[in-house]
Amino acid sequence: MLDTLLPILIAASLALAVIGAWRRVRLWRQGRSAPVDLLKGLAAMPRRYLVDLHHVVARDKVMSNTHVATAGGFVAAAVLMVLVHGLGLAQGVLGWALLAASATMFAGSCFVARRRRNPPARLSKGPWMRLPKSLMAFSLSIFAITLPAVGLLPEDFGSWILALALCTVLVWGLGEMVFGMTWGGPMKHAFAGALHLAFHRRAERFSTKGGEGNRSTGLKALNLDDRDAPLGVETPSDFTWNQLLGFDACVQCGRCEAVCPAFAAGQPLNPKKLIQDMVVGMAGGSDAHYAGSPYPGKPVGEHEGSADGPIVAREGKALVDADTLWSCTTCRACVEECPMMIEHVDAIVDMRRFLTLEHGNTPNKGAEVLDNLIATDNPGGFDPGARMHWAADLELPLMRDLQQAEVLLWLGDGAYDMRNQRTLRSLVKVLRAADVDFAVLGDEERDSGDVARRLGDEATFQSLAKRNIATLSKYRFKRIVTCDPHSFHVLGNEYGELGGDYEVRHHSTFIAELYDAGRLHFKPWKGGSVTYHDPCYLGRYNGEFEAPRNVLRALGIEVAEMERSGFRSRCCGGGGGAPITDIPGKQRIPDMRMGDVRETGAELVAVGCPQCTAMLEGVVDASAEVRDIAELVADALIAAPASTGERSQTQEAQAAEVL
Amino acid sequence: MTVLVSVGRHPVTGRSRRADQDARGVELARTLPGAEIGLLHAGRLDEGNEAALRGYLGMGFDALTLIEQPESSDALPALAEALKAAPPQLVIAGERAEQGEGSGLLPYLLAERLGWPLVSGLAAVEEVSGGVATVLQALPRGQRRRLKVRLPAIVTVDAAAPAPRQSAFGPAQRGRLEVSEAPVAADVEMAEWQFKPARKRPKRLKIVKAASARDRFKAAAAKAEGGGGQVLTDVTAEQGAAAVYKLLKEEGVLR
Repeated sequence: MLDTLLPILIAASLALAVIGAWRRVRLWRQGRSAPVDLLKGLAAMPRRYLVDLHHVVARDKVMSNTHVATAGGFVAAAVLMVLVHGLGLAQGVLGWALLAASATMFAGSCFVARRRRNPPARLSKGPWMRLPKSLMAFSLSIFAITLPAVGLLPEDFGSWILALALCTVLVWGLGEMVFGMTWGGPMKHAFAGALHLAFHRRAERFSTKGGEGNRSTGLKALNLDDRDAPLGVETPSDFTWNQLLGFDACVQCGRCEAVCPAFAAGQPLNPKKLIQDMVVGMAGGSDAHYAGSPYPGKPVGEHEGSADGPIVAREGKALVDADTLWSCTTCRACVEECPMMIEHVDAIVDMRRFLTLEHGNTPNKGAEVLDNLIATDNPGGFDPGARMHWAADLELPLMRDLQQAEVLLWLGDGAYDMRNQRTLRSLVKVLRAADVDFAVLGDEERDSGDVARRLGDEATFQSLAKRNIATLSKYRFKRIVTCDPHSFHVLGNEYGELGGDYEVRHHSTFIAELYDAGRLHFKPWKGGSVTYHDPCYLGRYNGEFEAPRNVLRALGIEVAEMERSGFRSRCCGGGGGAPITDIPGKQRIPDMRMGDVRETGAELVAVGCPQCTAMLEGVVDASAEVRDIAELVADALIAAPASTGERSQTQEAQAAEVL
Repeated sequence: MTVLVSVGRHPVTGRSRRADQDARGVELARTLPGAEIGLLHAGRLDEGNEAALRGYLGMGFDALTLIEQPESSDALPALAEALKAAPPQLVIAGERAEQGEGSGLLPYLLAERLGWPLVSGLAAVEEVSGGVATVLQALPRGQRRRLKVRLPAIVTVDAAAPAPRQSAFGPAQRGRLEVSEAPVAADVEMAEWQFKPARKRPKRLKIVKAASARDRFKAAAAKAEGGGGQVLTDVTAEQGAAAVYKLLKEEGVLR
């Protein structure tokens, strides 16, 4: 009886899966078109899955092994099942292989079950709680059904009742694993995830045989020339189709939720919920079936949307509230942690673009800052002619006078900020001590456009960027050095698309190079213990984790690392215009970060970003002092040991006058 | 209703922009539910001006009527003609332009020419019905005066009027500038003027002799010292006019 029933069951579930897949594909195709090389993507998919995705999953060793056993076992078992039971090729090794595969899958599913016994808050419950049982149902029933096929049990073992019971369990297993994969259910992540990896909108993120992928963190430019095109994303169908596909790939593991600073601060954002809301919107319906943590302070079940309905309503409620989108600090912690390589920040900025460019609804100080950027080229509304006032006594060489220099020192808007001016003065002292041939743009410099872009004002960003590129093209320099990681990121990663390709260095990288070249000499560190805070836009955005630590090491400082450091560093709360839109939460993000600092017992936290400095220094009752790396270096400068001669001694004398 | 909009000038950089007060006027118009709002500008159309005018369109308008005028012309006749041709119920204007003459006289001259009443310094328009508008006029120190004015009328906005909404790039780019022709009247008087950069006027020092925070607060919140003033009630128009005339003579305004 099984011999006739099994092929029918398998064929039926496969046929239903194909229909489901077609329906799912139709949902994705509601999105806008996107240039994707389909065949190349499919060919690259196995490697992206086995190398890049696994690299992220493997940060949690137990879960990684569990997934390898379960998923590997399932894929093998499914293929062999079709061969053995569907086509009746049980002879020889195939049957035994199927036994092994289903056994492996069962072992994996036991670990899945174990994790589901006391699941951490970040995991979604609901249908996900039945997944280990479904995995077991599939693997066990396949295992049992295969036993007679390889001859371990007699063909007619047991009664027809046993066979029927086995078939029922198998139907459950097939239902979840094959039918559910394309019709929606926990296993959807496998189908959508595989295609998402193949058709990812940032193909350059992935490694190839030739080498590592790059971090690919620059936002993509919006075409502003087409006057009739709506700007940004208003409805779920305004996303590109591969973005929709990416949302559908979410496994609801909640790693993003666990690292999101806004979620931890009690601001109404949860990256996982946001992605699930996009899936709800794509298919149409309400978020009532969502079984994970809600946006803090916003109960589940009050929002609904459709593929062509607005995501954010002008008034009242739609799919997502605007304050959810404005809570994001664009720190990319979620993207860094996501095992499915979903691009949360891209999606959030896409939706912000619509709110700013079409609705004109940037909250709180957003509109004022954008108006300032338009009228004065800096977010504070200061006189562009006052940009160099902090350096009135330094006689900084101007590009306008020199026309060329080895290093162009990009000051950033910190030039107007009295705290950051101290950092800048220190940096100038360091550069002079190392005898670097540098010049500044002076009043010709404008805001890089970082804040405007992240507040969704692509028009102002492009206007600033194009004018900056025009200014930079007038002069000759080898590289740009800046102490602002936001400018660093924008100049280095986002100007390229608009025609400006530059070699940009963060000042910590540059100082490390100078030190390695023997051009800087430090006296030994006498202060207390020090920790280092990785700025998001330097670390996660640009992969620079080592240079600042190398500089600190050169100063004789042993860094007491915070629990969340390096690529897992927690945001200071200053990115993405978050201090400007200022969405209220239960606590402040910088307070949490200074809490991290306190845990290390450090008396001083070294930073490398004006935003981080401002945010962390704004913490009341902090246990540690906040100093920029440039300041620490400037304080430790000494003349070169006697052998290198008089020249650097005069340099030092000059440098002393600077501060 | 029609809002008169002008090209503004940023106080720090001098870049053209939507004028703050005119934008407040637009915002004031938008607070009235169901109002049909037209934007009207008389002036030259060039790149800088266009960007500034599009700033008003970005507040949610499809079109702006632009009466094209050469640079040194008097906008008054052109505006008066346009308003006379299709009289709106209410004309809203800013207190004064941010560049050019900036005398703040345009609404008054317009009202005189059209024979319409004028109310200055509005904080809100509360209601427009039956040919009468109920408006709230802003007075110093947060005081308000409710007035009823017969329509059509011209009103100007005060800085106390609601702050203008953000101008959105998309609608600003998509909106139309509907250019219309009007007779050009050269501004003969202005042609004879000499222009030079304004000098910052010295600020009068306000010396507060206060021993305590309470005194300082009282000084800051005190009403303007008048003392010499006179409130006339229940007098005829002639008596009132005579009193005003007498005061102007005394103050040396009229000679």
